[in-house]
Amino acid sequence: MTKKRSTNWFITILITLGSLLILFPLYMTVSIALKNPEEMAESIFSLPTGLHFDNFTRAIEATDFFSAFKNSVVITVIAVCFILLTNSLVSYAVARNMNHKFFKGLYFYFISAMFIPFQIIMLPVVKLTTDLHMNNIPGLIILYIVYGLAFNIFVYVGYIRSIPIELEEAATVDGASTYGTFWRIIFPLLAPINATVAILSCLSTWNDFMLPLIILSKPESYTLPLVQYVFQGQFSTDYNLAFASYLLALAPMVIVYLVAQKWIINGITQGAVKS
Amino acid sequence: MAKRKAAFYSMTIPALLLFFAFHTFPTLQGIFYSFTNWDGYSDGYDFVGFKNFAALFQDENVLNAYLFTFKYAIVVTILINVISLLIALGLNARIKFRNFFRGVYFLPNVLGVLIVGYIFNYIFANAIPKLGEMLGSETLAINILGSEQWAWIGIVIVAVWQGIAFNTILYLAGLQTIPRDLYEASDIDGAGKWQTFWSITFPMLAAFFTINMVLAMKNSLMVFDQIVALTGGGPGRATQSIAMLIYQGGFQGGEFAYQSANAVIYFIVIVVISVFQLKFLQKREMDA
Repeated sequence: MTKKRSTNWFITILITLGSLLILFPLYMTVSIALKNPEEMAESIFSLPTGLHFDNFTRAIEATDFFSAFKNSVVITVIAVCFILLTNSLVSYAVARNMNHKFFKGLYFYFISAMFIPFQIIMLPVVKLTTDLHMNNIPGLIILYIVYGLAFNIFVYVGYIRSIPIELEEAATVDGASTYGTFWRIIFPLLAPINATVAILSCLSTWNDFMLPLIILSKPESYTLPLVQYVFQGQFSTDYNLAFASYLLALAPMVIVYLVAQKWIINGITQGAVKS
Repeated sequence: MAKRKAAFYSMTIPALLLFFAFHTFPTLQGIFYSFTNWDGYSDGYDFVGFKNFAALFQDENVLNAYLFTFKYAIVVTILINVISLLIALGLNARIKFRNFFRGVYFLPNVLGVLIVGYIFNYIFANAIPKLGEMLGSETLAINILGSEQWAWIGIVIVAVWQGIAFNTILYLAGLQTIPRDLYEASDIDGAGKWQTFWSITFPMLAAFFTINMVLAMKNSLMVFDQIVALTGGGPGRATQSIAMLIYQGGFQGGEFAYQSANAVIYFIVIVVISVFQLKFLQKREMDA
């Protein structure tokens, strides 16, 4: 028994080597973002000798970083809040009426959309959003909330059905409305699964490239990933500028991850085990 | 009771209408346009029946995109699942700094695919050739993204580097649901490590294996961001995926109707593969 409890150094070393492969591209990103062209000419792998923060000031100016950052934050925060509030409500109605044809049909209707590749709606949806003057940030947010249903209803319904219905029945007897029951009793109980949905939607919205690419028509509404794409041409040979810009675009989510790492991983793990 | 039913309807009907307007309606439109010759911006169009579909099957670019996408998706799905299962087993073993390593391996999942693609683009174009020069290796000295034959490998590497993060976490979650006493029993029976893996660990992970295979396959069949950042579909059309072809032809090539037809075929392909995968893998779950 004592032998089993000791550290397995062989696997520790393998895992360490593997993690170097994960970290290497990130090391390159940070070090190139902090170097100047002369240091690059000497060696592209070495650590920077000084810290050239002017790469960042140039990148912030060139890409209008704060505008893109603000857009990304606004889109992500509003979309995630509304996804949590609306998608859970819809799922509640569906989960509590699965014996009813309409709601059961609705469940499969939303879920089957997961199999429809985005490419089939991509071309018509651009036409539709342009006609409705929704080719802007509010339009994009609405699309994220609506499209989120396909996956989230699947996650929520499974979870809600595991909550005993007696809790609600007691509230109904006490005269609470159906909405009141949901907001006061069910929604707070959804906290663990809300965390999972929030994390997944936050990551996919923040990092999404394709929907902003085809929906957003004005440069002032561009998001962080879209800005990297648009300025790629200008970066062409100025790698220090390019990598400073990439690092700025990656940093906010990395910082959130470093702070809330345990919570994020547990949220995803729980979601996986429960559904 | 009727009031309760009315409330349930009012919770779902707005969502149903919005979902229909922004998802189902465009889907139907896409299918509708696939039977026309619309270019995407002219005022008028004509119905052409199945002409677009007939033309698709004779289009070399389409065939090329499907071949590339399938080759890519199969290789990526297998590599992601094998590697992430190995990492999950490693992280589940008695190692030092387990939480730290778990955090490192999940990190790529929070990074934007497009930006990761740009970073790797630089690594393939500059860092690896430099390394090749230093080591005097000719195979490493070329930029694989510039090679018609090998560019797809570059995209596979990036997709795997990033894709293993999520699957590793799911496998790790699966491993932690396996009760310890199962392993102790197998230990007492004198089973070897290999035997224990195939007779206990792997069957217990069946549900996670199914979901990971389906997710990885579906994601890689839709590959787009990596290609934009790494090759733009080139050199030539060597790495033009189906999603890339539909985007380029539909938005820039005046082939709205034609690429809509392509998207309809693509949709059918994805449904067939997903259903097949689920059926096959779930049957395996039962047998195990």
